[in-house]
This record gives sequence, structure tokens and C-alpha cells, in this order.
Amino acid sequence: MIVELTQTWYLVLAALIFAIGATGLVIRRNPLVMFMCVELMLNAVNLTFVSFGNMLDDVGGQVFVFFVLVVAAAEVAVGLALVVAITRRRQGATADDLSLMRG
Amino acid sequence: MRVEMFVFVVSGAICVAGALGVVLFRNPVHNALSLVATLFGVAVLFVAQGAYFLAAIQVIVYAGAIVVLFLFVIMLLGVDQDDDVRFEPIPGIRIAAVIVGISLLGMSLIALLSSPDVVTGAPSALAPLDPATPDVNRIGAALFTDYIYAFEITAVLLTIAVVGAVMLSRQSPEVPLDTEEFPDGTMASELAIRREETSVADSVDTDGPEPADAEIAADAAGSE
Repeated sequence: MIVELTQTWYLVLAALIFAIGATGLVIRRNPLVMFMCVELMLNAVNLTFVSFGNMLDDVGGQVFVFFVLVVAAAEVAVGLALVVAITRRRQGATADDLSLMRG
Repeated sequence: MRVEMFVFVVSGAICVAGALGVVLFRNPVHNALSLVATLFGVAVLFVAQGAYFLAAIQVIVYAGAIVVLFLFVIMLLGVDQDDDVRFEPIPGIRIAAVIVGISLLGMSLIALLSSPDVVTGAPSALAPLDPATPDVNRIGAALFTDYIYAFEITAVLLTIAVVGAVMLSRQSPEVPLDTEEFPDGTMASELAIRREETSVADSVDTDGPEPADAEIAADAAGSE
């Protein structure tokens, strides 16, 4: 028996990756790993965009992936700069130590 | 169809395994490498769906630049020690998170699989995925006509992000990063000020060091 590969499979896989990323974002306390989980979720969304673009026969989905990629790059740059700046001032910067947005 | 199914199953398994590795491994370096596995799997799925250019971008930008940035920060800061797993800031938050994740997945699956028609929109009339033209041409044409404002705003966003990252990670010259390597008085900025003081003392002019010059020297030292 051969199961037909439809576009829905891609969406199911993307939902699975998104759920794993969302769970990891809550579970982990290291800000770097939390950023990686955000990247996982963004990638799941990218996969969804490409799948829907394929289903609707439109290039807009692929263009949107482009913008998501740029925003992800900007977010990582600023976020890692924040982590560097915070770690320089105090050791062991987990998310619990950073619950206040001040010194 | 059988080949497509095979590609989907293999790369999907790599994706899910990498995602689980990102969440479950204790060492941040292992997390970053698992993330690379997921990104490659997603790139393969992009190729399977005809988004060749995006697959290349995915590998180059995500796996090549972003993950390397992660690894740089991990190794620069030395935060590659393990998380303390036993410490739970809020009791039972992990179990709650797993329940929330599973219910999130369940809701998505119900929404996806409950009806045979997942897509409710109309097929595109203006920018179809014509297999005759390369996808780079199609993306470029759409990007620079329909999405030109979004493109320009994206450029502004990147500039702001770069300036912000430089501002945030710039080290103030008064605070040495490593006090063992740079004990008091050996910072480059302090050495420059001291050098200027001596040169000023040698000369007839006794105005003292120019504050602007000292600032420039401190800036130069801080950017190193």
C-alpha cells in the first residue's frame, strides 16, 4: 500500500516542528537555546508558507519566506547582542535572571 | 510519487529529530548542531516543493550565517556548560509546557485533517508558479513590483538591527572584559591617556590632554 503524498503532509510536519519549538521555548532557560527554539518555529512557518504557495500556485508564499528570513536574521543579531551585553555584566544569564528589563 | 514520499519521510524524520535535539540536548553546542540538521531537512523539503532558490538561501543564510553566529556567541561567552535541569523556577512548568505543546499540535492537526480542503483561497492569477520560468525570476519580479515597499522597509529594518547590535555589544572602555588579563592601568585607553600626559608634560604646553583626543583614543580601544 502506497500512501499518496499530498501537501497536507507538509503542513502536518510544519505543525509538529512548530509545537516542538513552542514547547522548547517554555522548557529551556538558556536564552541562546530559546532563540534556537524561536528559529525552529520560524522555520515551521516558512515551510507552511512554501506549502500554501505551492497549493495556491502563487509565488507570494516564497516571497514571504524571504521576509521572514530577513526578520529572523535581524532578530538573531539583536538578540545575541543583548545576550553578549548581559553576560558581560553578570555571570549565568538565564531567562529567570533577566525577568526585569533593568540592570 | 514513491521517490517523493521517500524524500519526504527521510527529510521529515531529520527535521523532527533535529527539532527534538534542539529542545532536549543539554549542551548549547549540540542544540546548535541539531538546529543545522533541521534547517537542512527544511531545505530539502523546499527543493521537493520546487522552491530551489529558497533552499539555497536557507542553507546559506540559516545554516551558514545564523547558526555560525550562535556558535560564535556560545564559544565567545563560554556558556557551553549544561543547563541545570533539576531547577524548576515554577513547579510543574515542564509538564505544563509539554501539555500545552501537545494540545497546540492537536489543535493544528484537527484543523488540518478535519476537512479534505485545507486551502480555501483561490489559485493565483497574477503570479503563478509556472515551471517554465526559473523561480529566481518569479521571486525577483514579485519582490520588486508587488512587494517593493516591504522590500525597502526590510532594508531599513536590517540597518536598524545592525546599528542596534553594534551599540548593544559595544564594550564601554572603562569596563575591561577580563580583569585578570587587563588589570588596572593596562587598558589600551588608559595607556593612551598616560602616553598623552607624558608627551604633554614634555612639551611647553601645559593645558593637559585634550578631552576630545582621549575620547577618540578610548573609542578606538573600545572598538577593538
